[in-house]
Amino acid sequence: MADHGMDPTAPLKGEPTKKVKRKLARETRTQVISFVLMIFLTSLAFISIASDAIPASFAMPFILLLATIQVVLQLYVFMHLNERGNGWANVMIWSAVIIAIPTVASLMLLLGIVKW
Amino acid sequence: MSHAKAQSKSVLWDWLTTVDHKKVGILYLAAGAFFFALGGLEAILMRIQLMFPEFTFLPAQTFNELLTMHGTTMIFLAAMPLLFGLMNYIVPLQIGARDVAFPFLNALGFWLFLFGGILLNVSWFAGGAPDAGWTAYVPLSSESPGTGIDYYVLGLQISGAGTLIGGINFLVTIINMRAPGMSMMRMPLFTWSTFVASMLILFAFPALTIGLLLLMLERIFGATYFAVDFGGNVIIWQHLFWIFGHPEVYILVLPAFGIFSEIISTFSKKRLFGYSAMVFATLIIGFLGFMVWAHHMFTVGMGPVANSIFAVATMAIAVPTGIKIFNWLLTLWGGRIQFTTANLFALGFIPSFVMGGVTGVMLATSAANYQFHDTYFVVAHFHYVIIGGVVLGLFAGAFYWWPRIFGYKLNETLGKIFFWMFLFGFHLTFFVQHFLGLIGMPRRVASFLGGQGLDEMNLISTIGAFFMGVAFILFVVNIFVSMKNKETTGDPWDGRTLEWTIPSPTPEYNFAQTPLVRDVDALWYEKYEGDGKMKAAEPLGDIHMPNGSFLPFIISLGLFIASFGFIYHLWALAIAGMVVVFGAMFVRSVKEDHGYHIPKEDILNAKGGK
Amino acid sequence: MEHQHTVQQTLPPNPEKATLEGRNKFLGFWFFLGGETVLFASLFGTYLGLKGSTHTGPGPDELFSLPLVFIMTMILLTSSLTSVFAIINMKKGNYRGLLLWLSVTVILGLAFLGFEIYEFYEYVHHGLGFTTSAFGSSFYTLVGTHGAHVAFGIAWITTLLLRYRKSGLTLTNAPKFYVAVLYWHFIDVVWVFIFSVVYLMGIGG
Repeated sequence: MADHGMDPTAPLKGEPTKKVKRKLARETRTQVISFVLMIFLTSLAFISIASDAIPASFAMPFILLLATIQVVLQLYVFMHLNERGNGWANVMIWSAVIIAIPTVASLMLLLGIVKW
Repeated sequence: MSHAKAQSKSVLWDWLTTVDHKKVGILYLAAGAFFFALGGLEAILMRIQLMFPEFTFLPAQTFNELLTMHGTTMIFLAAMPLLFGLMNYIVPLQIGARDVAFPFLNALGFWLFLFGGILLNVSWFAGGAPDAGWTAYVPLSSESPGTGIDYYVLGLQISGAGTLIGGINFLVTIINMRAPGMSMMRMPLFTWSTFVASMLILFAFPALTIGLLLLMLERIFGATYFAVDFGGNVIIWQHLFWIFGHPEVYILVLPAFGIFSEIISTFSKKRLFGYSAMVFATLIIGFLGFMVWAHHMFTVGMGPVANSIFAVATMAIAVPTGIKIFNWLLTLWGGRIQFTTANLFALGFIPSFVMGGVTGVMLATSAANYQFHDTYFVVAHFHYVIIGGVVLGLFAGAFYWWPRIFGYKLNETLGKIFFWMFLFGFHLTFFVQHFLGLIGMPRRVASFLGGQGLDEMNLISTIGAFFMGVAFILFVVNIFVSMKNKETTGDPWDGRTLEWTIPSPTPEYNFAQTPLVRDVDALWYEKYEGDGKMKAAEPLGDIHMPNGSFLPFIISLGLFIASFGFIYHLWALAIAGMVVVFGAMFVRSVKEDHGYHIPKEDILNAKGGK
Repeated sequence: MEHQHTVQQTLPPNPEKATLEGRNKFLGFWFFLGGETVLFASLFGTYLGLKGSTHTGPGPDELFSLPLVFIMTMILLTSSLTSVFAIINMKKGNYRGLLLWLSVTVILGLAFLGFEIYEFYEYVHHGLGFTTSAFGSSFYTLVGTHGAHVAFGIAWITTLLLRYRKSGLTLTNAPKFYVAVLYWHFIDVVWVFIFSVVYLMGIGG
């Protein structure tokens, strides 16, 4: 078996290679930048509601757009969906999204109150 | 790293704690067969009541309970577990794996299903079974007095959780555990259809979970999602139920399609015609299966545009299904066809299922649907697809894989009598129901008036049901009389796929050496291009095995106990049950279990010694 | 099988995916999150369908307060970052760092949960009970299910922290930590839609 020879209970010793360390440092930088961006996007969403200057007809789709961007950041930067070898995870998450959209839409709209 | 425990465990304890996918598969098959017989009995009782106009065999309330439990049992507790049984046993063998990805969760899935099923049936003895139909439409279900619907909600919630776990397990197994060379596009069709069905489970069951949660909160805690006088809306339940319910029928029928693909190819002695088209059609059916649920709700009043969109999407499913039908026919074309019982079921399936498909397109015509809705036409339609597709598939699969699973062949003569009797009974029962529906007999009625042109066809339908009942008894008899026909070659049908490469009975570790796959129909390739034996992908070595565990049983038992607390508002009992559940989960999380190894020598002994 | 213990256990670049078991767990958990997506979509749809059905009770614009939701959002967002730091430390081989950052995550999670309980308590006082209206039922069910996920996440990560406080990083616990953190991120993903769709759109539209 592939795992033969590995002891699953032994503490892992040693340091990662220089290359891995550099990659981790890069990753940390991206993640902190994304975090700042997320804070910014969130604040923007809150401001667009709190401020009276922005009309609701603009604010609603704008908030949804900001939420989508933020979720994509979470999924790809924080949860590493962009990494190689995560193809199947991507397939399932996006399939779920494709099914979630008509689910939400029909529960909102097709309740027999407004006829389409 | 401990070796296999030397002491022999008791048989009962072994089955209660097993995490072996083969044993879990057999447990699924046994429990599923029990519920299948129970659901069949419920059907027979209903048909007796409808044998004559204004017959008084059953009170109307009992009839309502029977029709609810018949549907619920057959879908959730019979068809799905029987398919899960075959998937559990066969899929790891077909992909050359020693086990599933999550043996512990696999066992948990089974016990959740079983306890959920038992809970549902306890309702018979606790003041009446659920009586709102298997679809449990609100407000009928949310306002229904008594505890029947509470049993429905909690029973399905528990068994649904088990199904979801099983689905994830199959997905990961198929992706991560394939033998070297077994690329996705070399997988047997049964494995492919299991994969797609598992995807459907993953995305469909959460909608049911939420629907049941809402219904539970409404009934037990006074929530108001469906209470119109509080601003609630009853259509929400219908959406949630059918967002789950429609993919559910594909969850059932796709694996059956997979079984037929295996059988038709094996008994035509030909490679499956249009393999990649078959895979693609399966994927498209899976996708479209999610986009059509509102065709169950055409008469709700969603509006003409909404109805049209769902009507067109529904009709589109006929295209990939048609591709499949033609591929099966072209696989048979020019083949050396063997009329074994398994193949008879496959051949009987094609015309039967096409009839169900045609009425499906009729029902999908949203304008005409106003006439068909809630009549026996619908009953006839879905029995044609579910019996004509799923049940024939299960029997075909049973005859085909029986020697693999149980080590003996079912008697072919008895099997053929069973097939003809069942097929005859099935068409006799349901063909006339089309016309009953068209002349206006509504479904779910406990009785009807005489002299309206319904009398003869109802009697015919009941006679057909008896034929199916007797045929099933014949199948059970076959199981026992055939036990002496031991099958020791491991390849009784001159098979094409990996499950026929291993000795019979199947060793605990499935493959002494992981096989190397060189083509679709891996074994057939070796029979024609190689020496008839699979090449090994690894040297013979120790084999790692997972330890058995009693925790799946405990977790399911805890939920079972907690359910009574919820149903009867005994909060202490509910909490106690949940403590058992979370306690067992905690133990599982904290106690590491690394399994054991079967030493190389034992495998060598088993290979050559006997 | 003594030879197995002689093998050097060095830190691989992705300890969570170094074993088949870890890879199975990783993939299975992602699939589970796919299912959770549809689960929450069903709840969101129900909420959106019933949002206007306030019956005699208060509606969203009368109840929700922007500052409270903003604070809760910032707390949960920050906890997502701290759990990212935990995983970075795991990959660096800094086990103490992993435990430390996860502990911070748990504390932030508890703070979030505290605010949520306070919030529900306030709404009940303002006349929105669970059974008041279809809006009330669907609101508490959606946000409450998210809250239950937070509570479960806290219990899960705490269990891992206690169980493995002294063991050091192993090939067995690395996937467990990784998957728990994925779960935590997912809770944040759901919250992004909750604060946007439920709170902001509730106040603004």
